[in-house]
Amino acid sequence: MKKTVLFGALTVAGLAAGMASAATLDDVKARGSLNCGVTTGLVGFASPDANGVWDGFDVGVCRAVAAAIFGDPTAVEFVPTTGKTRFTALASGEIDMLARNTTWTFSRDVDLKFEFTGVNYYDGQGFLVPKDLGVSSAKDLDGATVCIQTGTTTELNLADFFRSNNISYDPVPIETNAEGQQQYLAGACDVYTTDASGLASTRAAFENPGDHVLLPEIISKEPLGPLVRHGDNDWGDVVRWTLNALITAEELGVTSANVSDLSAAPTDNPEVNRLLGTEGELGAMLGLEADWAKNAIAAGGNYGELFEKNIGENTPIGLARGLNAQWTEGGLIYSPPFR
Amino acid sequence: MSDMHAHSAAYVRTETLPELPPPASEAGVVKWMRENLFSSIPNSILTLVSIYVIYQVVTFVFPWIANGIWNTASLAECRTVLDGATGACFSVLSDRWNQLLFGFSYPPEHYWRPGLAFILLFVAAAPVMFFDLPRKLLIFTGIYPFLAFWLIWGGTIFTPLFALVGLIVGYIVYARFVKQSFAMGFFGGVVAALITWFIGGYITDAIAPAEPFLEAVQSRDMGGFMLNMILGVVCVSLSLPIGIVLALGRQSDMPIIKWICVVFIEFIRGVPLITLLFVANVVLAYFLPPGTSFDLILRVIIMITMFSAAYIAEVIRGGLAALPKGQYEAADSLGLDYAQAMRLIILPQALKISIPGIVNVAVGLFKDTTLVSVISMFDLVGMIRGPILSSTDWNGVYWELFMAASVLFFVVCYGISQYSQWLERRLATDHR
Amino acid sequence: MTSITDPPQGSFRLSMLINDTRYRSYTFQFIALVALIGFMAYLGMNLVRNLTAAGLNISFDFLGDPAGYDINQRPIEYDSQSSHLRASTVGIINTLIVAFLACVTATIFGVIAGVLRLSNNWVVSKLMAIYVEMFRNVPVLIWIIIIFSIMTVSMPSPRAFRGDDPSSSMLFDAFAFTNRGVYIPKPVFDSGGWIVVAVFILSVIGIFAYRRYATKKLYATGQLLPTFWPTVAMFFVPVLLFYFILGRPITLEYPSLQGFNFKDGIQLRGSLIALWFALAIYTGAFIAENVRAGIQAISKGQTEAAASLGLRPGRIMNLVILPQALRVIIPPLISQYLNITKNSSLAIAVGYMDVTATLGGITLNQTGRAIEAVLLLMLFYLTISLLISAVMNVYNNSVKLKER
Repeated sequence: MKKTVLFGALTVAGLAAGMASAATLDDVKARGSLNCGVTTGLVGFASPDANGVWDGFDVGVCRAVAAAIFGDPTAVEFVPTTGKTRFTALASGEIDMLARNTTWTFSRDVDLKFEFTGVNYYDGQGFLVPKDLGVSSAKDLDGATVCIQTGTTTELNLADFFRSNNISYDPVPIETNAEGQQQYLAGACDVYTTDASGLASTRAAFENPGDHVLLPEIISKEPLGPLVRHGDNDWGDVVRWTLNALITAEELGVTSANVSDLSAAPTDNPEVNRLLGTEGELGAMLGLEADWAKNAIAAGGNYGELFEKNIGENTPIGLARGLNAQWTEGGLIYSPPFR
Repeated sequence: MSDMHAHSAAYVRTETLPELPPPASEAGVVKWMRENLFSSIPNSILTLVSIYVIYQVVTFVFPWIANGIWNTASLAECRTVLDGATGACFSVLSDRWNQLLFGFSYPPEHYWRPGLAFILLFVAAAPVMFFDLPRKLLIFTGIYPFLAFWLIWGGTIFTPLFALVGLIVGYIVYARFVKQSFAMGFFGGVVAALITWFIGGYITDAIAPAEPFLEAVQSRDMGGFMLNMILGVVCVSLSLPIGIVLALGRQSDMPIIKWICVVFIEFIRGVPLITLLFVANVVLAYFLPPGTSFDLILRVIIMITMFSAAYIAEVIRGGLAALPKGQYEAADSLGLDYAQAMRLIILPQALKISIPGIVNVAVGLFKDTTLVSVISMFDLVGMIRGPILSSTDWNGVYWELFMAASVLFFVVCYGISQYSQWLERRLATDHR
Repeated sequence: MTSITDPPQGSFRLSMLINDTRYRSYTFQFIALVALIGFMAYLGMNLVRNLTAAGLNISFDFLGDPAGYDINQRPIEYDSQSSHLRASTVGIINTLIVAFLACVTATIFGVIAGVLRLSNNWVVSKLMAIYVEMFRNVPVLIWIIIIFSIMTVSMPSPRAFRGDDPSSSMLFDAFAFTNRGVYIPKPVFDSGGWIVVAVFILSVIGIFAYRRYATKKLYATGQLLPTFWPTVAMFFVPVLLFYFILGRPITLEYPSLQGFNFKDGIQLRGSLIALWFALAIYTGAFIAENVRAGIQAISKGQTEAAASLGLRPGRIMNLVILPQALRVIIPPLISQYLNITKNSSLAIAVGYMDVTATLGGITLNQTGRAIEAVLLLMLFYLTISLLISAVMNVYNNSVKLKER
């Protein structure tokens, strides 16, 4: 007799989800919120605080996209995903976009049928070791026990690195960053390896971060970026250009502090005007309001602000801009022009 | 003569002696210990070893619990307060208790809703569990699922209301047509219910207020022990009717139906629950019509229900097989058709025999709901392994958290199994 | 059923498909079959549509591609260039290893706890009751994680064994308990080593043959041959004799600390131990209940009858109670073995590389072949459980009460 709970739930699910069409943007607008896939918890990139409010660098991208669509950075449902579940969640439509330090690779783009919409962090795989182990190079790690998250590119890179250097290692597979941390701190593995940014973030959560060092070797290229399903180009454009808007905003000096002044009236700089919708019809071309970029920037600031606030040098994570500086300052962060 | 004797022999006692207590070794504690603890040499060794083990455990655990700290904000702070002494940091429990129970995204101002639903669960379950209670209470049991759904998920009241109305309409149609034929009543009822739900869906859409009385909560915000309870209760209640149908199908003499049921049951029982959860998580979406998306929690409920239905079907099949053949023959000789015989004669008896087995399956299933943490749902274990242990404040508190989780599960499972034993004793009376 | 005459033959009407019990079952089965086929077709059609929409296909070619990842416990030759199929095979063997170890250990725990729980020693039986209730009523996943945490957090890391004044040291210089696992000496076979092993196997076979002969003789003539001392002698004497005659061909390789880890010897990984021990102790609690129920199912009259025949308590247990109790104990015992095999899939929680972690974990993630991988995974477990069920049926038939 209690079968109806299921039917009730089915009705609810059916009413809420509806018959989704091919256009993700329409679905998101109809739903009134963006479903954004994030990690289950990586301080600085995406983690819930004690009240369950998500915060971080990847979270900032989600909020910017939500703000661009709705003008409201809180209209996001964060869906925690693991390395295993993230792609299925995206492919099955459970989430609209994935912003979970995911590496842009050929096979993910082509074979798994996803669309990477840009790079928000240029990363590379590094090694974290305790200082008292006395290791100064990853090539000294012959025979070491290495903790590694499963289902990521890192384990493939690791296998390649040790194989090409002809040294052996003992992998300890783990599911989540929290477990990796537990194993590493207990000494069950000598080395913890993942993206260098993730290592910095993990180390920041330690009781004595100073006792641990990052080895100089970066053994892979890990361009991390948000991704969407293949085939819905309109939706891909929204995510891609929201990210580009954040990057361009930093380049042009548009910040969360001055964005409302700059967008109040056309300025002298035509690109700023086009970006903020005081000139031209860029927003309408995307199917959004004219002030979409203004809202996205106002949500959490431009790219540089997001970086400094969540993972920059003044945070416990303490990452330098490095490769992630604007191209004008010798980095790789470069947005196509808004025109 | 006796007089003479008394006087002549001074050593003869004249008064009776008071009763002596039995020898110390044959009475009271000593006797009990000698019989129960030291009856033979191996027994004595076992006793001493056991006492030593108990002593070790108690001296290890007791100070740890007694010294527990309950009111610090982080592990580091707790360690400072303890200052090297043995003691537990129970403050992680006081700090994160609500998260352990409700998950980290259920709105805190609405915690009373699942709490109330939990308390009402006992009221709803009572008439099912204890037969002496007035049968009228069963009405509440019937309403409970809808009430609980409304309380926990919130949103407009019309959704559960129409679900209930559909059920009632279905039942009325069933009751009207069952006189003619069971099949007609059954299918008529199902069709009527479906039509009501269908229409209800549109009406709900039209009249649902923008600001419902209870704010709607998303399925993915469910978490903590509440999620385990939801999965356990919903899946067991859903799988009972399905299990009965499967068991009857497996006993049926129609070969095709029998084989469908056998293949289903054996397939589900042959694979671990975790692979079924993988199916829910990564595969099921491919088998649904393009564009529909079910909540993960709903997909998980579907798979766990299938899982427990297969096990319950086997338990009920055991109950059916245990009934004497005479019962089936007697039903036939009364001229009852299959549906009547099952409904009135066979199932009531078979289900009664199967109750302890069903309760065992239910307890096992409830424990197995922790497996959802493997597919990144934040149930009790998922909360502990995920957000709490990875937070900077509580990174490294294992025992306190896992102890709390064990205690929560132990209380529920032990309670249910004690109930099952009580029930078994009670039901056993009429067999003698 | 008031009429006793047969319904008239040969006048089949369409309505009889519903109203006549002889034909109605065909109607039902037909409907069920159509519904099933329709349902399957619906699912299949959705699958095809979803796959075309996503531009994917179903193909098992990925099994031949290089896996690209390493596995820490390799019972067979494997490296990162081996195929996914080989990685899955490694996983299957690892599953079988942990399942086998856990089954043996759980049986030992279960039998001991079950028998002791019936002991008339109050303390012992209460202690066993606590053990059974404690482990039965808490999810096995929690036990696996707890034992794994004990392994990683409470045991010293290999670093603690290093230095002039290490804080931990090896037991007998042969066993090292670390948070990466337990290291034990490994037997190394020289040329004559296999002869000793062969002798050992032969003497075990000899023991069984002798015991069988003794039983036969007992039934035939009533003469009771001694079994205990001959068994002990046959177990040890030939093996030791050959061992020394051949000049100690089996030596032990002791683990020692080299570099980051202990080398040599056999490493029992922390994840293996956690999974093994947790499954054993959890399932042991269930087996204990089965054993207790089995022994209690034998009526007291059997014991009394045996006693009145003058049998000693030990013989009563061996000759009267156990043979009858086993008939009750073994079927649930085998289904507990099945549960262990299925629960070993929880390896994923502690990073033990069983088939769920290789095929259903890393391979699934790296190739994105979710449907294929999950399908193969289910087929594997299904095969195992059907095999175990088949064994159970054979056993049930062989011990069925032969009613004459």
